[in-house]
Amino acid sequence: MNSSKVISIILKVSAFIVMLILVAIIGYVMILGIPQLKLSLFQWKYTSDNVSMLPSIINTILMVVFSLLIAVPLGLGAAIFLTQYKREGKIVKLIRMTSETLSGIPSIVYGLFGNIFFATFCGFGYSLLSGALTMSIMVLPLILRTSEEALLAVPDALAEGSLALGAGKIRTISAVLLPSAMPGIVSGVILGMGRILGESAALIYTAGTAATMASGLLSQARTLSVHMYALTSEGLHMEEARAVAAVLMVLVLIVNFISRKIGKKAGGKNE
Amino acid sequence: MSEKIKVENLHLYYGEKEALKGIDLSVKENMIMSFIGPSGCGKSTFLRCLNRMNDLIPTCRIEGKVYYGGEDIYADKYDVARLRKNVGMVFQKPNPFPFSIFDNIAYGPRTHGIKNKVKLREIVEKSLCEAGLFDEVKDRLNSSALGLSGGQMQRLCIARALSVEPDVLLLDEPTSALDPISTEKIEELLLKLKKDYTIVIVTHNMQQALRISDMTAFFLLGNMIECDDTTKMFSSPTDKRTEDYITGRFG
Repeated sequence: MNSSKVISIILKVSAFIVMLILVAIIGYVMILGIPQLKLSLFQWKYTSDNVSMLPSIINTILMVVFSLLIAVPLGLGAAIFLTQYKREGKIVKLIRMTSETLSGIPSIVYGLFGNIFFATFCGFGYSLLSGALTMSIMVLPLILRTSEEALLAVPDALAEGSLALGAGKIRTISAVLLPSAMPGIVSGVILGMGRILGESAALIYTAGTAATMASGLLSQARTLSVHMYALTSEGLHMEEARAVAAVLMVLVLIVNFISRKIGKKAGGKNE
Repeated sequence: MSEKIKVENLHLYYGEKEALKGIDLSVKENMIMSFIGPSGCGKSTFLRCLNRMNDLIPTCRIEGKVYYGGEDIYADKYDVARLRKNVGMVFQKPNPFPFSIFDNIAYGPRTHGIKNKVKLREIVEKSLCEAGLFDEVKDRLNSSALGLSGGQMQRLCIARALSVEPDVLLLDEPTSALDPISTEKIEELLLKLKKDYTIVIVTHNMQQALRISDMTAFFLLGNMIECDDTTKMFSSPTDKRTEDYITGRFG
């Protein structure tokens, strides 16, 4: 056997192992979780008997929506500024460095910060609001970077075409550049969504662990990931925790799938 | 014929570098004027002065006067949006928006406040007809403009420029990325359009200048060497450098 054949086999095996790990995890979670799914887990009201996950599912959706409501305008706004108003200079470098640093911070540190700043200093307590603010800071760099890349990928010729028709800068950005960059922006937002779905550590510190449905911005909101953490750490409801894991996995897979679809569409357009 | 555009002693600098060195030129209405010259001679840069597209380049500085319809377009309070509406531009590479054919053409009128659907449809059809594209696309106005061929895209861009009712059309090497048949179509189109529009075209192709333009200006190293009737310039140029260029001795 010659060396190139050996290398090719090693590479194949490593690629196969990567795939195997993913399949194994999904399979394991599904096989353990799906048989545990039962109607009582989807009751409107949580009690310590039914340990329903429906309130947590709704909390998760609320958390995602509110976090993105804060993060998307900020991230997209910054991306527009960096690509359309100020392409170079000290401020731009500083903003880029800040956002790169932000993206490297472990989520639990965001949780601690959210706890000290939003929950305690701002007085929002353990709440949907504290959680959403913390989550929005956490996904902000991701949304900023993906939006920036999507906007930079739009050819300058399109902006020129718009300006040459007598359109102003705002009209050019809103009616030509943003629609052209939309697939890339949306796929970034969906990736951010996935991050929020999967987050537990930062939310335990900020959104609290009460298992009821959030009744307002200032009430506690246990998301699905936190719910699963709570069930396993209490140790009394391991079967139900497995069911939650299966549901969470399905949600994350759906989100990733959509993001890929949209990302592909964006790639196809540029060709 | 009255004068549409008049340029007086125009200097343009990119930072320290002087790219246009004092150009005087006048363009009369309802004719085609072409700019020829070797690459980097400043002809495209000069064209972009006429609708102030050079404003987009931060290091670019301009001295001298450019009059459009008697008004100085570089005057302090001059409305650039109105200028660009009146002086349309078509670029070297076709640059349709990634929208439908209809929305590409409707973009300009919508920008200038036309919302009425019937009116928009009218403008879209009229512009496409003027650009000689309507028959080819009338059944698929709602499909993406990116599905058109290169030549069709360029005519779409011409239609888009016409949609805001300009009276001057600037074209920056509009056929350099196209095949000979598409090029011929666009040349025929320009000859038709000069009845209603004043056309200034930058071209690398001297045959093209000879075929379609009434006047030709020859640029070299940031200077305009000569500007005359096309037939006269190509048969008996007054400047030695013009003669060298059009007989193919350089460039």
